[in-house]
Amino acid sequence: MPAKIVETNDAPFNPVDIDPVSLDIIENALRNARVEMDATLFRTALSPGIREQGDAFPMIADAKGRMVVGQFGSFLDGFLRGYDGTIEEGDIILLNDPYACEGAVSHLSDQLVIAPVFFNGRLIAWGAMFGHMTDVGGKVPGSLPTDASSIFEEGMRLPPVKLYRKGELQEDILRIACNQSRMSEWYRADLHAVVAACKVAGRAVQEICERFGDDTLNAAMEQLLARNHRAMRELITTQIGEEKVSFEDYLCDDGRGAGPFKIKCTMWREGDKVILDFEGTDPQSDSSINFYLNENMFKMFFGIYMIMVFDPQVLVNDGFYDLVDVRIPEGSLLKPKFPAALSCRTHALGRIFDVLGALLGQKTPDFLNAAGFSSSPHLMFSGHDKTGEWFQLFQIGFGGIPGRPMGDGPDGHSLWPGFTNVPNEFLERYFPMIIERYESEPDSGGAGLHRGGNGINMVYRFTEAGTISIHDDRWFIPPWGVNGGEPGARSWKKLIRQDGSEQILGSKIDDVKVEAGDRLQYVTWGGGGWGDPLDRAPDLIELEIQQGLLTADGAKRYGVVVDADGKANPDATASLRAQIKADRGEAKLFDFGPTIEELRASCETDTGLKAPVQPVWRGAAKPVAAE
Amino acid sequence: MKIFGRGKKQDEDAGVAVRQDPAASGTVEAGLYRLGVDVGGTFTDLLLFDERDGRFWRAKVPSTPHDPSKAVISGTRRICAEAGIPESAIRYFLHGTTVATNAVLEGKGASVGLIVTDGYRQVMQIARSLVPGGLAAWIIWPKPEPMAKLENTVEITGRMNAQGEEIAPLDEANIRAQLDVLKARGVEAITVCLMNSYLNGAHEQVVGRLAADILPEVPVSLSSDILPEMQEYERALTTVANSAVRPVVGKYVDNLASELRGLGMEGRISLLRSDGGLMAADKAAEAPVNLLMSGPAGGVAGALWVAKHAGLENILTLDVGGTSTDVALIEKGEPRLVRDTSVGDLSVRVSSLDVKTVGAGGGSIAHVPDLTKALRVGPESAGAMPGPVAYGRGGELPTVTDANVVLGYLPDSLIGGEMTLDREGAKQSVQGIADALGIDLYEAARGIIDIVNENMFGALRMISVQQGYDPREFALMGFGGAGPLHANAVGRLMGSYPVIIPNSPGVLCALGDASTRMRAEAARSFSKRRSQTSDEEVKAAFETLAIQVTRELAAEGVAPEDMLIRYEMDVRYYGQAFEVPMMVDMASLGADGIAAIASAFDAEHHRLFTFNMETEHELVNLRTVALGKEQAIPAREIAKGNGSPDAAKVRDHEVWMDGGVKPAAIYDRAGLRAGDQIVGPAVITEMDSTTLLLSGDVATVDAFGNILITPA
Repeated sequence: MPAKIVETNDAPFNPVDIDPVSLDIIENALRNARVEMDATLFRTALSPGIREQGDAFPMIADAKGRMVVGQFGSFLDGFLRGYDGTIEEGDIILLNDPYACEGAVSHLSDQLVIAPVFFNGRLIAWGAMFGHMTDVGGKVPGSLPTDASSIFEEGMRLPPVKLYRKGELQEDILRIACNQSRMSEWYRADLHAVVAACKVAGRAVQEICERFGDDTLNAAMEQLLARNHRAMRELITTQIGEEKVSFEDYLCDDGRGAGPFKIKCTMWREGDKVILDFEGTDPQSDSSINFYLNENMFKMFFGIYMIMVFDPQVLVNDGFYDLVDVRIPEGSLLKPKFPAALSCRTHALGRIFDVLGALLGQKTPDFLNAAGFSSSPHLMFSGHDKTGEWFQLFQIGFGGIPGRPMGDGPDGHSLWPGFTNVPNEFLERYFPMIIERYESEPDSGGAGLHRGGNGINMVYRFTEAGTISIHDDRWFIPPWGVNGGEPGARSWKKLIRQDGSEQILGSKIDDVKVEAGDRLQYVTWGGGGWGDPLDRAPDLIELEIQQGLLTADGAKRYGVVVDADGKANPDATASLRAQIKADRGEAKLFDFGPTIEELRASCETDTGLKAPVQPVWRGAAKPVAAE
Repeated sequence: MKIFGRGKKQDEDAGVAVRQDPAASGTVEAGLYRLGVDVGGTFTDLLLFDERDGRFWRAKVPSTPHDPSKAVISGTRRICAEAGIPESAIRYFLHGTTVATNAVLEGKGASVGLIVTDGYRQVMQIARSLVPGGLAAWIIWPKPEPMAKLENTVEITGRMNAQGEEIAPLDEANIRAQLDVLKARGVEAITVCLMNSYLNGAHEQVVGRLAADILPEVPVSLSSDILPEMQEYERALTTVANSAVRPVVGKYVDNLASELRGLGMEGRISLLRSDGGLMAADKAAEAPVNLLMSGPAGGVAGALWVAKHAGLENILTLDVGGTSTDVALIEKGEPRLVRDTSVGDLSVRVSSLDVKTVGAGGGSIAHVPDLTKALRVGPESAGAMPGPVAYGRGGELPTVTDANVVLGYLPDSLIGGEMTLDREGAKQSVQGIADALGIDLYEAARGIIDIVNENMFGALRMISVQQGYDPREFALMGFGGAGPLHANAVGRLMGSYPVIIPNSPGVLCALGDASTRMRAEAARSFSKRRSQTSDEEVKAAFETLAIQVTRELAAEGVAPEDMLIRYEMDVRYYGQAFEVPMMVDMASLGADGIAAIASAFDAEHHRLFTFNMETEHELVNLRTVALGKEQAIPAREIAKGNGSPDAAKVRDHEVWMDGGVKPAAIYDRAGLRAGDQIVGPAVITEMDSTTLLLSGDVATVDAFGNILITPA
């Protein structure tokens, strides 16, 4: 049963003609409101994940729940369809169960706050935001168990509940929720911050109503959605062909030794509609790497990519949704059945961006980017310090940005919007650790005319005993290069004990005990290269060697031979380049590196880890195509 | 339809002119003059004050961007000649400069060598890993080059921990070898930024001494001096920015001083810092990162002076130039300070007045993208060259100025009649926008103005509503070349009345330079939870800082009895990223201790964010500010009129407003008298600016000649 909206004023909105200038002004005012939401959040949140790194996303939607400003598309659709209660002025909804909102949030760590905005007794808009909490309970600190078998191991599961009822904070609910977290103080503060941001949105919308009238705002939001619809239809019909294109990529493993897992998507156009079909994607995993992908969210990803790739002038909202049809097979990795575990969905979430980029760009190689979204590396470190106080770090890392049509991929930068690293001095001050090294890993970016960004090489020395967890991917299947560019390097992690002994750690692992004095070296993947590396200027190679971004050995992948004085040797370079050209043949549109069989065969030698075994699906778990 | 007429020449002054205040006269007495000088992108403005009676002279000369001191010197000679005084009569030379700002914006800073802790060579390369923009913005983001190049960055061994204790010693041979590398690379300035140096700068000092030994000609900036605060990237960046602008600012200050001395000017030379305080020029040249907002700070200082005399305490400022608009908030006579300064892509941790800048000005270009058919204005600007179409210097794209011309808000001649505007050209260019939108010419022009006003409104909201201030409790002051054209409309959007147009709105920055006071600041990172410290410890720390700033101001010639010492503490809930600067009253700190500060913080947090937390308070930074004597520059009253502005009326006029043509009139501001009232719509012109008065509002001239606009 859908949510029942209680309005004290039942008059429908009057249609209003809006001149283009007022429309732009209202759009601008709504965008400002979103900026104000962010500012409020970052200033008041406590956890490093939100306050330093920015793992939270705001949105403002119209009365029907369609996002007018925001990033990830509307979070409201599934909630509105599934919520079996009333929505009244002053109510604020809290939830975190992906299965209760059709995947609008996709793991329990993300708390979603939804605030209806009323004006003159009528629902006029929604402010909403979700933020990643450091801990929501469950079997491991950080609430992202790499080996969970069901969602019940992953922490507190909140259906939509009213955190505020007619403006009144429901203290009991807040107390219950905070009580589930190992870091309840951070949970409380971060939740307050998200709520405060949603209230800011509400106030801003009400001010717009006071200024322009609620009928005008309502009509303006309709027009903004329509404007986006027009622009996207134009883009879709000119840029997407009727012929089917497919792309597949893989998650390396499931944290329990099985892998890789295939994600496949096929795209084609019928009239002015584009179809994105995930038929061929592997079935859901027994472990926690499943990603409950909300169809509308994927429409938004598609829309944003179209715009960024082909025309960055357009502003994105939900207006174009009926132009896109997303089909995800039930029971697949991207639409797992309840109660499948979901906590470690970050790898698949990242990977679908690689897939999307490849789909959109493969018929227009000039617009094609290499792979590099890949994942969102995490480190968890927790324990009790000498005074007996509990500490718990959840840190998000970054790899290399892929080579792009416009140039090199930046080294060690974030592909996620608004994310930043945690200052190392902050880590050293607030956690028992010393960061001995924080730099990019030379040669890890894929060779190309436009080099892929290098991954990060970070060395932690722990000064207290504790437990660590690692979440990462692209340790087995490399990030691919395009247009002749080579794949980026894979990720790896090594624990160096105080006695000098070394241990390679898996990419998805919990409960690793560390002692004071132990060191962890955490190296992330590099972005894939773009374009023929043999076309890269030798003096740029020289400079990058001097800068420590590339080694003399790595320069050979560009066909550049460097003498002991660091200068490129023109003759040796010319002959090496000629030889490489003769040996390799035609430059490839996609360079995936070795085949999966080859990777498996050399896995232990190359990575120090056992190759993942081919996943086996129990019974008739073969995914069924969605209707 | 004829809606514009060609009026008589409105002002006898030429564009490059010195003009005496109508009431000014009198004899010269040495050593009683203050000269404020503001160097802008297009013009250098000067304002000479007689300290005894508030008489003033103003001048505007074209800026000389290749060597800004040229315009300063020629302007100084000119204004002194006009006032009939020798340059030696100037006691204080007070200067707001954009030399540092421009060096950053134009990428003309020095080549900086950066010395960091082993393992951190790529601190500037990786930065904070942030890619600005939304999802997938990485596809189109051009990553800026680090200010200190990676090939000019070297690592040294040695390490402090997060308690400020040495855990690995320095190795002198290693440091010397790395300095030799930088020497061979020919760096022009050096920054030293080592891990955790905000707690203990001993290692940086050793490196600094060795650098002075090996590269004696190269200025060295230590991060523990420039910004002793946590966060290695921000500290490095701020210190590198300081290094990058140091040679160019140093050279500028040296040239300027020697040329002024050559003119016989023996007075004190001070520069205006981003925080609105003055500092001795030679001192400023050592820490020029403090000058990045020097220009806009002058405007805020000028607004403060005007507001004080107009009897207003709460002011929003709107300083509109050719390419951008600066806005700031003054509450109870105090401008808000922030701990960040942003210039272009660069954002450094330095105190500055909370001035927000948006890319909206007279030169902002209007366009209609094909795909969305939306009307966009800016941030691209036609700048000074080629400028708006109406300026007839080759500009072809429609700008905000062109829209103002089309609507009749800007009469046909600018700057006292020297420049005639090409109205037909302006119309033609705006017609292109009208056609793309399928609307009438005047509606399109009005749309452009509405949108640019809206952008200014957005910036003002950020510094008011978003900070928990109600703009209806503030007056709005419009200045800069184009501020008075937009102030009335923006004030109406904000509900901020009265809208004030000060005297000489185009040279208000120079007035600010002339009227502000000396300032010294010392800060330290404290980073303690309330339970980890005591009232006594906080008091002792403040006292140490107070001695430091007192000494600094004394060295600049301020008598101890003229100093005002202020104490500030940055407070937050433990673990928050954002701290709130709180004023500390030493008397109440003595009586009620830290508890008083904590409860004041709770109140402020609630005002800003609508909630409080039970989390413990963290005392993040302590700061002490010493202020020199407040300048008692008197405002001069103008002659009283009879309430009717008729004597100042130039001619009848027409403007397009509220959806149609409206009869209006043009007035010459020089002819207005105290108490005169003008009913809108009207246009009021003067040498350096034009004021637009909307229909429905009334302008009243106050005793000092300021125009105060209120709803009718």
